[in-house]
Amino acid sequence: MKPYRAVFSARFRMLLQYRTAALAGCATQLFWGIIRMMIFAGFYAVSTATQPMTYPEVVNYIWLGQATILLTIMHSDAEVRSMIRSGAVVYEMARPVDLYRLWYCRAVAGRAAPLLLRMLPIFLVAFLCFGFALPASPVAGLLWALATVGALLLASSFSALLTITHLWTIAGDGVNRILPMFIYAFSGMIVPLPFFPDSLQPLLRLLPFRGVADTPFRIYMGHIPPAEAVLAVLHQLAWTTVLILFGNWLLRRGTRRLVVQGG
Amino acid sequence: MAQIVVENLVKTFRVAERAPGMWGALKGLARRRHRTVTALDGISFTLREGELLGYIGPNGAGKSTTVKILSGILVPDSGRVEVLGKEPWTHRIETVARIGVVFGQRTQLWWDLPVIESFDLLRDIYRVPSDLYRRNRDELVALLHLEPLLDTPVRQLSLGQRMRCDLAASLLHSPRILYLDEPTIGLDAVSKLAVRDFVRRLNQERGVTVILTTHDMDDIETLCSRVIVIHQGGIFLDGTLEQLRNRVSSERRLIVDLANENGPVSDPDAELVSRQGRRATLNFDPGRVSPAELIARIVARHEVVDLFVENPPIEEIVARIYSSCVAEGSCSAEQDRSAQP
Repeated sequence: MKPYRAVFSARFRMLLQYRTAALAGCATQLFWGIIRMMIFAGFYAVSTATQPMTYPEVVNYIWLGQATILLTIMHSDAEVRSMIRSGAVVYEMARPVDLYRLWYCRAVAGRAAPLLLRMLPIFLVAFLCFGFALPASPVAGLLWALATVGALLLASSFSALLTITHLWTIAGDGVNRILPMFIYAFSGMIVPLPFFPDSLQPLLRLLPFRGVADTPFRIYMGHIPPAEAVLAVLHQLAWTTVLILFGNWLLRRGTRRLVVQGG
Repeated sequence: MAQIVVENLVKTFRVAERAPGMWGALKGLARRRHRTVTALDGISFTLREGELLGYIGPNGAGKSTTVKILSGILVPDSGRVEVLGKEPWTHRIETVARIGVVFGQRTQLWWDLPVIESFDLLRDIYRVPSDLYRRNRDELVALLHLEPLLDTPVRQLSLGQRMRCDLAASLLHSPRILYLDEPTIGLDAVSKLAVRDFVRRLNQERGVTVILTTHDMDDIETLCSRVIVIHQGGIFLDGTLEQLRNRVSSERRLIVDLANENGPVSDPDAELVSRQGRRATLNFDPGRVSPAELIARIVARHEVVDLFVENPPIEEIVARIYSSCVAEGSCSAEQDRSAQP
């Protein structure tokens, strides 16, 4: 594990240096959080039917989403992508390490460091100014933390998969636009998943996408009770395992047909 | 003992082709055309421990492809390869743990980390025990004069500095084989000398087997006892530098400095190739006339201040191989003699 830990920690430490990016990120997320709150405030003001979530719950859902938005924005590893484009990927392959594990570690570190930098300030501001509430119970808070780690692992397995597709599509813009939008929508980041039509609910529960956003958010506010929360975390882990196995298989195929760019 | 065995190595690539212009782009949408390019067409050689092999050939001859296959990065179409007793692509991780690679045009260091942190990271990636790592690092830092560079982020290094750091980085785990793919490309004279000197010491003192691909014939002349010339996927020659010279042409040069500036120089058995002031350069074939005889005749006829015999520069010989092959359109070993001027 030593090589992977070393790569993880080097990358994590490096990304912690990006203070300006973090500050800008926080400002952007606060801005969008306020806009989303206003949209839902308007919606609740005119709606007469009973909604699947109360307004304060939606506010929590929004702020959890804004603070951990980096778990739902899927992208391939820009550095690996440019390495594949330029051919420098040969050096990655000239290392005595498993390429998938290496890239997966990079993906986790690439998310974890900026996530930590952004999460706390946004929570603090939202808590002080915008009615963001504490978790439903200490147990819910603990399970939320667990599910957030699960979301990190799941999101990273998606990113690793996107990174691997660059072995086929060298430019890679296509996959990098379609899949992330899909994940973003079906994870609950645009509209919370409980607002989706009832007929879609079984499908949404089955798909992996809720694991990166909806699952931890609803655990936090007790919308998913602790007993069910354990199952929800297992759902995340199951999908993570499937995606990691798939990624490994895909990478093995990809490297066999590899053509190194630029000779 | 053979450390590297290559038998009948074949590697082809599929290259997408598209006619130029808008029409070509539209046609490409409807139907993709692919062309198969043969990078390596049945290459065989073996390398013993401690050899320093110059692996040369024109651009696109398949040099880098060979190095990448030997490193387990590319999978060949067919053929047998053994590096340190293992097939590299099926045992990639084991193989690369025991070899070092430097690709001159790319860096293996982490772009935004200080050099020393890149080294530390490589220690962990290669699982080098700390005492061995410290010993190797200190030795390499001293040999390559890296001390003042260690705390600089890699992106701020000059090309020559970076190459020295890259060389050190490839050797931290005491590899038994080192592949150097154009290590002197783009370097200034001083850096080139430093790199050459280092590679020679590495080979002689540590007994590291080195495969060096380069376009710099001075690299080859100063370092390599053995050269393999590949061209269009095949081995054109595998032998010593001397054999390479003789294979292409047995010609030698006689350079004569005359006392008198405008005296003509000629001999039935030699050809005047250049005349600059007092200096005349003649080509001759030692098979037709012995150097001693030719010199005696010229000295008898002209007033000579100084004269010496030399081999044509290896640069010229290689250029002749490349261009003759291009002209012939093929380059099998049997045909090369007829391609001689």
